[in-house]
Amino acid sequence: MSKINELFNDELKIINMGLESFHKDLKSQNVKVIHMNWRPLAGGNKKMASLLSRLK
Amino acid sequence: MVQERIKEANKEVVKKILSAQPTLLAIGKAEEVIPKMGKKTILHAGPPIKWENMSGPLRGAVIGGLIYEGLASNEKEAINLAKSGEIKFDPCHHHSTVGPMAGVVTASMPVWIVKNTTFDNYAYCTLNEGLGKVLRYGAFSEEVIERLNWMENTLAPVLKDALKLSGPIDLKTMITQILQMGDEGHNRNKAGTSLLIRELAPYITMTEYSKDIKSEVFKFINSNDHFFLNLSMPACKCTLDPAAGIKYSTLVYTMARNGTEFGIRVSGLGDRWFTAPAEVIDGLYFPGYTMEDANPDIGDSVIAETTGIGGFAMAAAPAIVQFVGGTPKDALNYSTSMYEITEAENNTYKIPTLNFRGNPTGIDIQKVVETGILPIINTGIAHKDPGIGQVGAGLVRPPMKCFEDALEAFVNMLEKEGLLDQ
Repeated sequence: MSKINELFNDELKIINMGLESFHKDLKSQNVKVIHMNWRPLAGGNKKMASLLSRLK
Repeated sequence: MVQERIKEANKEVVKKILSAQPTLLAIGKAEEVIPKMGKKTILHAGPPIKWENMSGPLRGAVIGGLIYEGLASNEKEAINLAKSGEIKFDPCHHHSTVGPMAGVVTASMPVWIVKNTTFDNYAYCTLNEGLGKVLRYGAFSEEVIERLNWMENTLAPVLKDALKLSGPIDLKTMITQILQMGDEGHNRNKAGTSLLIRELAPYITMTEYSKDIKSEVFKFINSNDHFFLNLSMPACKCTLDPAAGIKYSTLVYTMARNGTEFGIRVSGLGDRWFTAPAEVIDGLYFPGYTMEDANPDIGDSVIAETTGIGGFAMAAAPAIVQFVGGTPKDALNYSTSMYEITEAENNTYKIPTLNFRGNPTGIDIQKVVETGILPIINTGIAHKDPGIGQVGAGLVRPPMKCFEDALEAFVNMLEKEGLLDQ
């Protein structure tokens, strides 16, 4: 059995980052999932991310 | 390297905020106590603005202020005078003053005198008129002017004499207490108003005024749950003013709105305002009104959130959700999220429902831009037309642009000084 199939036979431990709808879909199928409140740096605004990085 | 400078500067700002000791001293007349205040000066809330750009409620309050001062006898005369260029309009914030909603302060108005005894700086604020049809929401009908006259000629003299008898009142301790009693000090001031009455009552009764007048004064204060707001605001203002001008600090020392624009000022960037169009408030409206009637965000009262009370302390005031909307759980979440964008936790102002965690203090423009989390503000909603007044209350956030522009200016400043790697 390939490694990937072993994974699917185990109980899944899922942390969802990004779109909350993925979390909701899994939850509606009774899959244990934790949604992480995460967003890209400066909401993905490249100019702001670059300004912030200059201060680090 | 540069981050070390910023950290040190921000530490200095936090130290100044936390060591402030706001104290109520007295009541004075605006033109006699407020710096650079003249007969034809009108102070207003928020960043600088010209008459032609003022929103309805601010215009209404200016009209009312000119009638109250006897500089105009009706709305038309007041508008002509306001347009003429004879009146000097200036932000309250440029005169060590803060004003709720329209924030209009004119020469004859009585003002609270509050001192930060740690740094010997002062802050001033008018006395609160109550809710509904009031000048600060842009109403200027006869009843509004009559009330202002009564406040000048009856309320203020009684309170002034009572304060002479009582001596200074420690506002820091009072704000600490109200946070343990279900207030957040911006949109909920029931406990603060009650504590103030308790503090002043023995001395009001000792003044020379008649029983009827003293009774009127007590009834007026008791009828207005927001009476303490005009004390929590100058307490916050004199707390934050010494935190201005700390080189390399990225912490915010002013947030304010004039009903057209929202403005912030950052300690390391001096007096410069960073502004953007003010947002419309999401909230609960009084019967007969909807969001269509609302003016964009207005007032200096967001000095509360800038200090770490108000919306930042909503977890301490779960009952406020009945006034601004949402659930007590939302209130907890709002306060908790503010720790993500602040530098420190207050060592005196604490939130019981968060295991007495110190209030989130010192908004950092870096953290706001990085996380995308904007400060949460509890506020009142003014009607967009002059002369109507308050139509609701709710929650609002500043525009992100203010923080982004400030961050850009901060980086440019460091670049000019040669402190950044190319």
